[in-house]
Amino acid sequence: MSETTIGGIAGRMPKFIRRADPAVVTAFACIVLLLFLGSLYSRSFLSPEYLLQQLKVASFLGVIATGMMLVILLGQIDLSVPWSVAVGAMMAAAAAAYGPVGAALAIPFGICCGIMIGIVNGIGVAYLRIPSMIVTLATNAVAQGLMVVYTGGFSPQDSATGAMRYLATGFAIPGVPNAVIIWAVIGAAMVFVLTRTGFGRSVYGIGNRERAAYLSGIDTRRVVMIAFAVSGGLSAFGGVLLAGYASKAAQSMGDAYLLPSIAAVVLGGTSILGGRGSYLGTVAGVILITLLQSILSVMQMPEAGRQIIYGVVIVAMLLLYGRAPASR
Amino acid sequence: MKDWRYWLAEQRGTLLALAIFIVMFAIYTANHPAGFTANVVQTASNKGVLLAFVAMAQTLVVITAGIDLSVGMIFTLTNCLASWLVIGTGLETAFGVVAVLGTGLLCGAINGAIVIYGRLQPIVATIATGAVYFGIALLLRPFPGGSVNEDLADALTGRLFGVVPASLVALFAVVLIVWVPFSRSVLGRAAYAAGSSETAAYMSGVPIRRGKFAAYALAGLLAAIGGLFLTFFTYTGDAAYASGNAYTLFSIAAVVLGGVSLFGGKGSAIGAIFGALAFRTIGDLLFVFDFDPLWQPLFQGVILLIAVSLGAFALFRVRNRLEWFL
Repeated sequence: MSETTIGGIAGRMPKFIRRADPAVVTAFACIVLLLFLGSLYSRSFLSPEYLLQQLKVASFLGVIATGMMLVILLGQIDLSVPWSVAVGAMMAAAAAAYGPVGAALAIPFGICCGIMIGIVNGIGVAYLRIPSMIVTLATNAVAQGLMVVYTGGFSPQDSATGAMRYLATGFAIPGVPNAVIIWAVIGAAMVFVLTRTGFGRSVYGIGNRERAAYLSGIDTRRVVMIAFAVSGGLSAFGGVLLAGYASKAAQSMGDAYLLPSIAAVVLGGTSILGGRGSYLGTVAGVILITLLQSILSVMQMPEAGRQIIYGVVIVAMLLLYGRAPASR
Repeated sequence: MKDWRYWLAEQRGTLLALAIFIVMFAIYTANHPAGFTANVVQTASNKGVLLAFVAMAQTLVVITAGIDLSVGMIFTLTNCLASWLVIGTGLETAFGVVAVLGTGLLCGAINGAIVIYGRLQPIVATIATGAVYFGIALLLRPFPGGSVNEDLADALTGRLFGVVPASLVALFAVVLIVWVPFSRSVLGRAAYAAGSSETAAYMSGVPIRRGKFAAYALAGLLAAIGGLFLTFFTYTGDAAYASGNAYTLFSIAAVVLGGVSLFGGKGSAIGAIFGALAFRTIGDLLFVFDFDPLWQPLFQGVILLIAVSLGAFALFRVRNRLEWFL
């Protein structure tokens, strides 16, 4: 399968260069550049503790971006991420309030709520054929409304369970944060699904041309629906981890993850039109975004400056390698 | 077919939006404790026109088969800018208004340049530029504050001859000055053609790039007019992320309710205006029925979900299943 990697450049070059996606290479080059610039500012940027800490922070975004990538590969988009994250976190924390049984079921319950949101998205996109951008915006609004009614407009008082805290901040293997292990496991599963299973092939097929995929006998609507459910579930799981990290859920905790998750996927070379992209690129994008945020906050850039630099960097990088072909 | 039938078919979405609005507004005023008075209409129109301006802005871009997820942020940015500039003597105020509108036009033009000449996807590009615009708004107003020329503000938010809300008149004027000339010009036709079928429009020698660019730029201008009016209503500037996002979201809802096709090439800003007014009225219905305001976000979300699901009825008209997949 790997010999037919999409986007291969004409080939007299060595195999590994020929197979590398220029976008992924650019993204990794930018990571190195950022680390270099950071190390000029302060020596501690290259210390293992700092890098591991960044990897841990990146893993929350990584889990969420994994779901987003699956949806973007289909040529759709999931704008319900903010409140899927918040719903996952709040519902997990809410379940934790119901004694030991609730605490045991907290994490699965949070994820299930996210999957429910994803399924509504999937029905809207796959069966009702509503543009994904619109239906996910609408479910986002509904999820927000539900949470506002549930919490009464205040931040919920429930706190995260021990298990959630352990997943987000613990160390099962000494020196490696659990969150990073979770991201690695989810990432590996995603790579396997995308490259080694029929489902993954269908995702790329639908992203390229849904009509063709349908005529080839793929149940495209079921695939789209599953992809949205997975995206919702992973967003909620990201929320569960974040709640464990902060030890409680908050109203607008997901707002900060919509733009970064899309940006990470797109900066990693996945085409926003679908059908093209690799998980390695998404990993690069997630690390790139996290490092950028971290460096800006270490330099004590105020929120306003961070937003501006952030937007400008994304537009600039996309102009470098994310442009559509000219219409001729 | 006769001419009026064509006209009716073309305006079906707009007329439907008008009908929804009239029904909703009738229910609203019938149950309002004060009834159908000039005061109630003025308050409702002042709230409605803000969304109407932003929805018009969204319509222009949606017609070209694009989407502008930064309209809410342009709205917020121009609100913050107006709270600094639209103040002082008549001349200074006039300069401030021009500067605010110019900023909106510039923001829209930047979006247009990135999407059309930079060839980026409108979704990603406008989310990113939206972050930049919000950052600038936050620089201008780290904390809510500022002030505005109150004479002008009161004149534009009050009533003309004691009956007609001035904001509605302003909305009408903007439609006459911006939308009508645009939709009848070559550029407006080009924007419609580009949204309907970009390839066919290109082959026919239609100036699609200029048409789309004009649409994005004018969208920025209309969002700025909305931002200006927000300042007139609140007398302050406030860089609120949630409110900017909400306006972006509601503008899409209003556009859908107003019968504008999200696939481009179909619909009119007039429809979007009625869509916006209807959406606002539906949101306010809860208050006249004495519901807890906590339920409002959920109610609006459900209405939005239902409104967008209505588009699925088109599936029943599909004869060939392949037409499901665009």
